[in-house]
Amino acid sequence: MSPTLLVDGGLLAMVVLVAMWTILVRDSFAAVIGYACYGLLLAFAWVRLAAIDAALTEAAIGGGLTSVLLIRAVVRLRATEASAQLEAPGRTLRFGAAVLSIAVAVALGAVVLGLPDPAPSLAPQVAEHIASTGLGNAVTAVLLSFRAIDTLLEAVVLIYALVAVWALTPDRLWGGRPGPKYADDPNGMLAYMARLLAPLGIVVAIYVFWVGADLPGGKFQAGTLLAAMWLLTIMAGLTDVPPISRRWLRIALVAGTVVFLAIGFAGVPLAGAFLAYPEGVAKPLILIIEAASMVSIAVTLGLLVIGPPERSESP
Amino acid sequence: MSLLLDAWTVVAVSAGLFFFLAGTIGLLRFPDTLTRLHALTKADNLGLGLVVLGLLPQVDGVLAGLKLICVWLLVLLAGSTASQLIARVARRSEPPA
Repeated sequence: MSPTLLVDGGLLAMVVLVAMWTILVRDSFAAVIGYACYGLLLAFAWVRLAAIDAALTEAAIGGGLTSVLLIRAVVRLRATEASAQLEAPGRTLRFGAAVLSIAVAVALGAVVLGLPDPAPSLAPQVAEHIASTGLGNAVTAVLLSFRAIDTLLEAVVLIYALVAVWALTPDRLWGGRPGPKYADDPNGMLAYMARLLAPLGIVVAIYVFWVGADLPGGKFQAGTLLAAMWLLTIMAGLTDVPPISRRWLRIALVAGTVVFLAIGFAGVPLAGAFLAYPEGVAKPLILIIEAASMVSIAVTLGLLVIGPPERSESP
Repeated sequence: MSLLLDAWTVVAVSAGLFFFLAGTIGLLRFPDTLTRLHALTKADNLGLGLVVLGLLPQVDGVLAGLKLICVWLLVLLAGSTASQLIARVARRSEPPA
């Protein structure tokens, strides 16, 4: 057996085992940790498939950010977990759910295995037209040029998610500051790490954003990194979360979508179609959209993790 | 020369993997949170350090080598901070008998 096969086989086995463990384990917190491990293993699988863009996103969003969201949900639900366990669905329902999910897995497997060889691909078309975008990274070209409408809608979905979180605010706290006040020891370990890591993380995020035009990377990964650095400084007590009524905060949230839409509509008279870029300036326009989106994604993701307002506006 | 460097890589990476293995066994077998943390941080510090040192002769270019060292330093920072924080919570929640 070749070493590559051994590594890939081991990786696959671990992905499946961790996935099963995540479902079967009784404790919600353990399940979330299992989910985080699953995300990181999946990122390795994407690396093995040479899909570095997908791996970066999976590690940042799937393994990192979603897990943090779930951990906060688990901690918040801990008080009600015992009563929720009592209301656990009956044997029939659980058996039905198991059968249904196994059927879906088998069907998906059958579809994937039944794909014609070579699998249908739009890669040649992308390779043929990528020169018109001025980009070197085919993934960024697809996301921001060939399938820009999908990316635009993704950004809108994120805002909707945040609106849903903010909708949980009690009336008297509307416009207040989200999350608890973190007052860690200003000379403690966490504050030290936040001071040391945040500048580094911001530089790395801007690098990831900048190389995204030609190499794996881009606004989503960079935005997640920025959000993580922001959360780190908040949790270390170095900064406080702004009240959600602040105008600059609202502007930062929608900046990405607004810039995207503005450039998209400008394409109608200038390039003949919505979201089409005029000849020759595609790359700078894409970079402007990516920069604005990066800021919006960072603020949105950070606020999603922090949750709805819990304090009034005064600090 | 290249044979020597390859040998160095094999030896150092193997030693690093040994520390990871020992750290994992310690994590699974040690009796309480603080000793488990102790086992885990050894894997981060020495294990990853040795793996990085072992891989250094294999990279092409100074920049790639610096990136590897940066990865090690960042993991050191994150690992040591996280273990300090976990240890603090552990000490507060289970006062020594």
